[in-house]
Amino acid sequence: MPLAHELRGRVGMWCLIAAESAIFTIFVVAYLYYAGKSLNGPTPREVLHVPIFNSICLFSSSFTIVMAERAIARGKTRLFGIWWLFTIALGTIFILGTAREWYHLIYDEGLTISSSLFGTTFYSLVGLHAFHVIVGLTGLSIIMIFTALGLVKQEHAPRIEVFAMYWHFVDAVWVVVLTVVYFVAR
Amino acid sequence: MSNAESVLKPMVVSPAQEAAKPLFDQVHEWITTVDHKRLGILYIVYALVFLVIGGIEATIMRIQLAIPHNHFVSPQVFNQMFTMHGTTMIFFVAMPVLFGFANYMVPLMIGARDMAFPRLNAFSFWMSALGGIILYFSFIGGSGLYGAGSAPDVGWFAYAPLTAQAFSPGHSTDYWIIGLLVSGVGSIGTTLNIATTVLCMRCPGMTLGRMPLFAWLNLVMAGMVLIVVSPLTAAQIMLLIDRYLGGHFFDTQAGGSAVIWMHFFWIFGHPEVYVLIIPAFAFISEIVPVFSRKPIFGYSIMVAATLTIGFLSLGVWAHHMFTIGMTSYGNAFFVASTMAISVPTGIKIFNWLGTMWGGKIIFKTPMLFCIAFLFQFLIAGLTGIMLAAAPFNWQLSGSYFVIAHFHYVIVGGILFALFAAFYYWFPKMSGKMCDETLGKWHFWLFLIGFHLTFDFMHIPGVLGMPRRIYTYEPGRGWEVWNMIVSIGVVFQIVGVLLFVFNLVWSCYKGKAAGKDPWDAWTLEWATSSPPPVYNFARIPEVRSRRPLWDLKHPEDPDWKYE
Repeated sequence: MPLAHELRGRVGMWCLIAAESAIFTIFVVAYLYYAGKSLNGPTPREVLHVPIFNSICLFSSSFTIVMAERAIARGKTRLFGIWWLFTIALGTIFILGTAREWYHLIYDEGLTISSSLFGTTFYSLVGLHAFHVIVGLTGLSIIMIFTALGLVKQEHAPRIEVFAMYWHFVDAVWVVVLTVVYFVAR
Repeated sequence: MSNAESVLKPMVVSPAQEAAKPLFDQVHEWITTVDHKRLGILYIVYALVFLVIGGIEATIMRIQLAIPHNHFVSPQVFNQMFTMHGTTMIFFVAMPVLFGFANYMVPLMIGARDMAFPRLNAFSFWMSALGGIILYFSFIGGSGLYGAGSAPDVGWFAYAPLTAQAFSPGHSTDYWIIGLLVSGVGSIGTTLNIATTVLCMRCPGMTLGRMPLFAWLNLVMAGMVLIVVSPLTAAQIMLLIDRYLGGHFFDTQAGGSAVIWMHFFWIFGHPEVYVLIIPAFAFISEIVPVFSRKPIFGYSIMVAATLTIGFLSLGVWAHHMFTIGMTSYGNAFFVASTMAISVPTGIKIFNWLGTMWGGKIIFKTPMLFCIAFLFQFLIAGLTGIMLAAAPFNWQLSGSYFVIAHFHYVIVGGILFALFAAFYYWFPKMSGKMCDETLGKWHFWLFLIGFHLTFDFMHIPGVLGMPRRIYTYEPGRGWEVWNMIVSIGVVFQIVGVLLFVFNLVWSCYKGKAAGKDPWDAWTLEWATSSPPPVYNFARIPEVRSRRPLWDLKHPEDPDWKYE
């Protein structure tokens, strides 16, 4: 039998995730292909430090958003708001951490998007992911405003779930980007 | 499934006769519409406008090449013409027109009232439309607004390093990049919608195995677009980074690679051909059975073959790159994968022949175009196999033989299938029949023009005429063939003008079609022509692949045999 109409949000989000995955795949392939091909420094080994705290924050946000989903599914809007706010906070810490890292790389190490091939591929791939985090944070914040206004109710749980899928995807991509940039291609 | 009696009970509702509204209101309604049928028509009309523009660009090229040492246009303009012709025809004609038919037909065929996400549908259309406008704005603003107009002239696949800021100054290349980037967003949106609609919106009883092949093939097409348009988007983001932020992705002087652009482009570019041809297969798979008065032969094999084509097409891209010097293993892999794809394609051709075999074939205009499609697509496939052999490809890559081959696919295959679809579904969309005599004139003129142009285009290719040259010297044996090729264009133009005239004339003066003029079997013919906004007053319920056959032949319904 056909899938239920109610599932269309999830199916649509899966399609979007498929398309986004293809974009990231191309950027990851480019990063790996160009690894070690820069004609001038600095090299990744010299300047990159694994962003452990940042990554823990982002991965934890997947947990907090699951807790928020559970809360709204049971109609506990207050609890939902608290977990949702945690998610936003963790995502924001991640973005601020990336900003700090980039500031350090640009002003202390002299690595810019045009300084070398490594710079080009690094800022593009990490930047593409950061862009997705920012889009996610924007969405999260809009829902937070609606929650604060008391507009988010139990019946919106399926929509919240669809949005959460996107956030989980952004987290999952970070697993790949982290592995490729900070471990594999050093 | 509900009780045994309820086969299919569509309610016949004539479209509400709207009182003549002021023009402003009508335009406002079309611009703000989220109805899948109106958006489908918008897609189709938009594509037809660009078909005429792209056709004019092709005509300019053929005038220039008709005789040697011609000075009809300058080399610069010639470069702009082939770039704009290719880009327009692929991204702003073929894709939107196929999306238009999918938008219009898929919900009707699966018994739904609309697409899964109607507003996303409108958003996607307007993004695609914006992409085309951005591309064509380059004619005015390509060198900055006060400079002379300059359209992109880097070729439709825009190889690096020609696209670098140093070799393509000004903004024309940027308009090419951003135009395609924006229309790519539209493509992702609309295919996401098509896939979700097919998966989630089917009417009761319509299992995957009972879906019309049209819906199946568009589902495969949608899945492919999702994963193959994105690589182009990614590559274009990289190109923008190179051009504006001083990046080095395709900058060979800083360790970048021009070849990687070719890979990224063709990872999109070759599956794209199948993205276009699979909906064409979908038209043929619906029209051939109706005009052969037989159900489709080998339904499940057709689905399997389509999935196989979709899968294999993701692994053949580097057959566009044999001449760049890959390893012999690389060459062997792409030769083998490319040749393998002809197997499922051949299965499809035999299945259509099997459908016609022993049928009572009715030679109406849609069927004529389908038969021409079968013949021409076969030849296109055969020259495809020739070009898939790496040694042969080394000789003829970048020659007019390649141009002839892919125009045989795109014009002889996709465009002929599209014309068939226009004649077949025009009565459903407009409520009026197309004129059959004009249709036959269109068919024969276009057929003659097509064969004059594209059969004879193979020969200068074999004789060594490279693509993308703006003129050539006399005495190389190319003159006669180029003249014949250009003469064929005249027939094609007359044919297309007759076609456009036929559409417009039939809209006003055609005889009423009724809801089922072809005695067809799929659900779109169960509702009135044109269908009401809500499609079906009552959601139909189906028990077989041919719900209307069951309705018309209660004594011998299909579901008895399934």
